[in-house]
Amino acid sequence: PALGLFLFTIARDPLRIIILIAGAFFWLVSLLLSSLIWFISVKASDPQDERLQKGLLIFGVMFSVLLQEAFRFLYYKLLRKAIEGLVALSEDGCSPISIQQMAYVAGVGFGLMSGAFSMVNLLADALGPGTVGIHGDSQLYFLTSAFMTMVLIFLHTFWGILFFHGCEHRRWWEIVAVIVMHLAVSGSTFFNPLYVGSLVPSYLLMATAAAWAYLLSGGSAQNLRRFLLCKS
Amino acid sequence: MTELSAHLPQFQHGQLTENFPDNHLSNTNDNSERRRHDNSERRRNDNPEAETNGQPQNNIQQVVEQDEEEDEELTLKYGAKHVIMLFVPVTLCMVVVVATIKSVSFYTRKDGQLIYTPFTEETETVGQRALNSVLNAAIMISVIIVMTILLVVLYKYRCYKVIHGWLIISSLLLLFFFSFIYLGEVFKTYNVAMDYITVALMIWNFGVVGMICIHWKGPLRLQQAYLIMISALMALVFIKYLPEWTAWLILAVISVYDLVAVLCPKGPLRMLVETAQERNETLFPALIYSSTMIWLVNMAEKDPEAQRKASKNATYDNKAPANQTQNEDAEADDGGFSQEWQQQRDNRIGPVESTPESRAAVQALPSNSQTSEDPEERGVKLGLGDFIFYSVLVGKASATASGDWNTTLACFVAILIGLCLTLLLLAIFKKALPALPISITFGLVFYFATDNLVQPFMDQLAFHQIYI
Repeated sequence: PALGLFLFTIARDPLRIIILIAGAFFWLVSLLLSSLIWFISVKASDPQDERLQKGLLIFGVMFSVLLQEAFRFLYYKLLRKAIEGLVALSEDGCSPISIQQMAYVAGVGFGLMSGAFSMVNLLADALGPGTVGIHGDSQLYFLTSAFMTMVLIFLHTFWGILFFHGCEHRRWWEIVAVIVMHLAVSGSTFFNPLYVGSLVPSYLLMATAAAWAYLLSGGSAQNLRRFLLCKS
Repeated sequence: MTELSAHLPQFQHGQLTENFPDNHLSNTNDNSERRRHDNSERRRNDNPEAETNGQPQNNIQQVVEQDEEEDEELTLKYGAKHVIMLFVPVTLCMVVVVATIKSVSFYTRKDGQLIYTPFTEETETVGQRALNSVLNAAIMISVIIVMTILLVVLYKYRCYKVIHGWLIISSLLLLFFFSFIYLGEVFKTYNVAMDYITVALMIWNFGVVGMICIHWKGPLRLQQAYLIMISALMALVFIKYLPEWTAWLILAVISVYDLVAVLCPKGPLRMLVETAQERNETLFPALIYSSTMIWLVNMAEKDPEAQRKASKNATYDNKAPANQTQNEDAEADDGGFSQEWQQQRDNRIGPVESTPESRAAVQALPSNSQTSEDPEERGVKLGLGDFIFYSVLVGKASATASGDWNTTLACFVAILIGLCLTLLLLAIFKKALPALPISITFGLVFYFATDNLVQPFMDQLAFHQIYI
């Protein structure tokens, strides 16, 4: 689905592609820094202690979430400056791309990159021989991974929109809500072999975020109805 | 080349100016003036051909200020489009290389080394290995430098025949020999039975069409496709035959060299570019001692619009008799690949040595002047060598990284961002810029960082199925 989003909405306009790749890049940098921190903390601690390792992992994840949001903010700042430049240089005085579109594209960029990183090694391994879950792990590993990745990609997209909107209108509570949601989703994955604990809340949160983002982007229940019933 | 165009009828100018903002290679000062001149003219006249001799003078004065702004607008307006025009071929080349590396094991087996890297890396101690790789890299770099200087000297003394011959031989080698090996390996991997006659026919066709496309005329897309294939082949050769540490060292040193050669006033590439400009010639494949091809590709602008405007070009060609010879060379459509590209290509095709030079030359080369087809179409030019090195980086990342696809993806994104930044700088500075340093630096940083830092983290996360 994310690929479909990409093809239909982004591939047309070169500017959007650039913003997408730049978004992916920012996510990557945040990942890099957070894994650096985690790596240092692991090296500095005792490798034998299981609980400590798990604890460190959790710490690493939380830190990474915070860093991701920080980078989203930085990216927002960069895009603001870029928009001003584009407006100044465009012929008819208005920007070829609006901040909302940018928010959308940035969100997709983040999402795609995080999804790719989460899934791609899994997919490569899946091509090889072997059976899933033979050692007593869940047999639904691949399926749940796929769903989780998809929900995460969508979530990143919506968070992008919400976040940028919050920054634009200076509504701090929106930004805080996004951060809290992200932490909650990551936190819920800690329950992970117990899939109910992670997938269900994530989907619920995604639905909430989707509705919120939709409303923020100017949609409304009426629009939705008209679209669904194919009225003109 | 640009200088020459200045003398040409005005409409030529119109064409050229568009080019400059887009050009990777850069614009010289005269170009910018012409550009301004042209821009104003362009704005005024719907029909470029109509702008002729009578107008220029008046226009110049009036529009100077306007031109600057217009230039900038055009730059940015076409900026994104051209960035994408470059993204696509770079991405395609990288995809081909990564796909081959992943599937055909031939390119990851160590079957020996090139004579340019005589020191082996299978040594007992780490220190010994480091020393060997440093020596290897030093030898390669000096070979490259020597080649570049040789090329510049040949160009300066107008030994065009030699350069042409060199290019043709390189392209022959690349198109026939390397693709034969490649095809053989692919067949082996997929266990496809094939007889020699069919193979001979296929390779012959492929090679001949390639030669024609690259050195002479051909459809734009085909030329681009051939250039991509050649870059990929060359990158694969590099990946196979360069030992580990040497390869990384070479990548790093090449970027530094690139920076130096293009930007220093005494750098060989810069001299090449300036000489070409003085003579108003298109930078040309001949210059690049790139063994491979041709340069042609660069010339034409790549878009379909360019084709639509072909008629305009026809007029230009008539008016610019002086450029005839160059036009022929320049025939190559731009397709957005710059001369450097070609040069690089050329270099790549031939023995390893050629590459550095051509690359350098290519990078240094300014855009091709003439063809200008359509102002809209001005493409950006990227050296072929750049393609090759980007692909080498990504290919090596996919071949030897423990993080595998993660690392490959990370390097890919890093290189694309580096390319964006380079193009941005090009738009700002409007002169020839080296395309390698920024991208390769990002790529290297990301490769090492992802491989060593991110990979363990992601492994742990995937193991527990935790998502961040």
